[in-house]
Amino acid sequence: MTENGSAARGWETVVGLEVHCELSTVTKLFCSCPNAFGSEPNTNVCPVCLGLPGSLPVLNARAVEFAMRIGTALGSSVEASVFHRKNYFYPDMPKDYQISQYDAPINVGGHIELADGTLVGIVRAHIEEDTGKTTHVGGGGRIHDADYSLVDYNRAGVPLVEIVSAPDIRSAEQARSYVTELRAILVATGTSDGRMEEGSLRVDANISVRRAGDAEYGTRSEVKNLNSLRSLGRAVDYEAARQIGILEAGGTVAQETRHWNEEEGRTSSLRSKEEAYDYRYFTEPDLVPLVPSAEEVAAVAAALGPLPAARRHRLAELVAADGAPAPVDQLATVVGLGLDDLVAAAAGAGADARLALARASNEAANRPDEARALDPAAFAELVKLEAAGKLSATQSKSVLAAMLEDGGEPAQIATRLGFEALDPAELEAAVDAAIAAHPAEWDRYRQGDAKVAQFLLGAVMRSTRGRANGKAVAALLEARRN
Amino acid sequence: MSLPVGADYLSILRHLVALYDTGVTEGFSRDDVVYVARLARLDLEPSEVDLYAAQLGSILDHVAAVTGLDTTAVPATAHPLELANVLRPDTPGPTLPRDEVLSQAPHAEGGRFRVPPILGEAP
Repeated sequence: MTENGSAARGWETVVGLEVHCELSTVTKLFCSCPNAFGSEPNTNVCPVCLGLPGSLPVLNARAVEFAMRIGTALGSSVEASVFHRKNYFYPDMPKDYQISQYDAPINVGGHIELADGTLVGIVRAHIEEDTGKTTHVGGGGRIHDADYSLVDYNRAGVPLVEIVSAPDIRSAEQARSYVTELRAILVATGTSDGRMEEGSLRVDANISVRRAGDAEYGTRSEVKNLNSLRSLGRAVDYEAARQIGILEAGGTVAQETRHWNEEEGRTSSLRSKEEAYDYRYFTEPDLVPLVPSAEEVAAVAAALGPLPAARRHRLAELVAADGAPAPVDQLATVVGLGLDDLVAAAAGAGADARLALARASNEAANRPDEARALDPAAFAELVKLEAAGKLSATQSKSVLAAMLEDGGEPAQIATRLGFEALDPAELEAAVDAAIAAHPAEWDRYRQGDAKVAQFLLGAVMRSTRGRANGKAVAALLEARRN
Repeated sequence: MSLPVGADYLSILRHLVALYDTGVTEGFSRDDVVYVARLARLDLEPSEVDLYAAQLGSILDHVAAVTGLDTTAVPATAHPLELANVLRPDTPGPTLPRDEVLSQAPHAEGGRFRVPPILGEAP
């Protein structure tokens, strides 16, 4: 059922999101093991993160600073906080507890403004440690049928900030928009790489439905295993429809944890627990309170650069200076990946801002790490070469790909790739040759069949091995027709 | 029994010891023991449930004695040490050799700890 279908029948979807974000620190939260993704299993481990007796946690100063940055960016109140032990038996934590923050989190309150202007409240954003990674072997990898499980503790103890939203989200689209905006804020503050596909950002959704106009919330289910924005959106729609189906049939929704299955496109109840979890939280005796001074909080706030919404606005102004509106999707992509400085620098160096934005949001966005390391002057030069017609769009993209791979000057790369621009005489000869070789198509083109232009352009591109500038070819064809 | 405001640790300790001798055991039921034991994955005999109910009850009673103190003049603390903000720089240090780590486990496979099948997802 679509959101509109359920809304038409008088239902409202209510969503609150819990986002776990891995911080981009060098080391783990409570020990000096490297915080690295993709290492060989169990190579980034030490007595602290393995929970060996006698080891003691010591808090990572940068993780605290990053948490304060996140809170400040979310408009939270940064407060004195305390660490607690969350006790449970599960092999993803060798200590049998996770160190988290419970009733005194570092960041309290705040909000995120979605692209559509909706304000979503933030309840809290607290610090905790990540757990190890379990792999289930046998039973097709499914947890209930597994023969045994394997555990890698490289991720155990990696610093996380868990950001809990208020139940202010009303649709799948808003849920995706919230995570997109949050990810952009995390990247902008330099606190996380925000990569959902690598698990740097993990989302749990609390979903319920109620009759439009009801003051009370319905019973919610908590949906886990949402590994992409697409999964999140599909799960919200699926779960709302499922709950509405139950309620319309006179049933009641169970408060439970459900697992999203991306292949089957549905949620399923996890095996019911013998009892509700009782984590027996108590104050972590091995850690002292965290009490940031007003000066520290102010320093973090002062060092915080412009946030994504403001940066999108700045970039939009640069691009729209040519009179046309800026493409909203490209703005969001470029700011979300932290490539807006690159585009702004190119524009500042005299390159066309709109073309720079287009290259940054497509070719460069595929390799954001390399793109952020690009020499802005070289990127500006590339955009200028393309804008001047010295490189075709295809050639420009190839040169950019090479720059992302190895760096270098665009003009030299173009020469190395054989992308010397055709001189006007060569280009005219190539166009005339294509016309001569395809008389039937040329006739149709002359009679106004615009689709044939692509065919003729393709012929010129083939004969010049992609060196021709598409716009110049189109102009020449037009000139020959008249 | 109550302690004067500003009692030092030694007098509090004496107070608790005196309470212990009275053998106060109300305040921790058999059901509480069974529940906590299940959370801790402990399998207790009925006689042990009775024993621990009595012992845990007396411990709780001792702690409850603190509520009899007038603490209005005592600032709240989150930790017995008068310390805050103990931090370390974000610089990497040595890790343990994997072979040595895994050799301490009952079972390992492919560089990972091998554990019995898990029922249910992580909480």
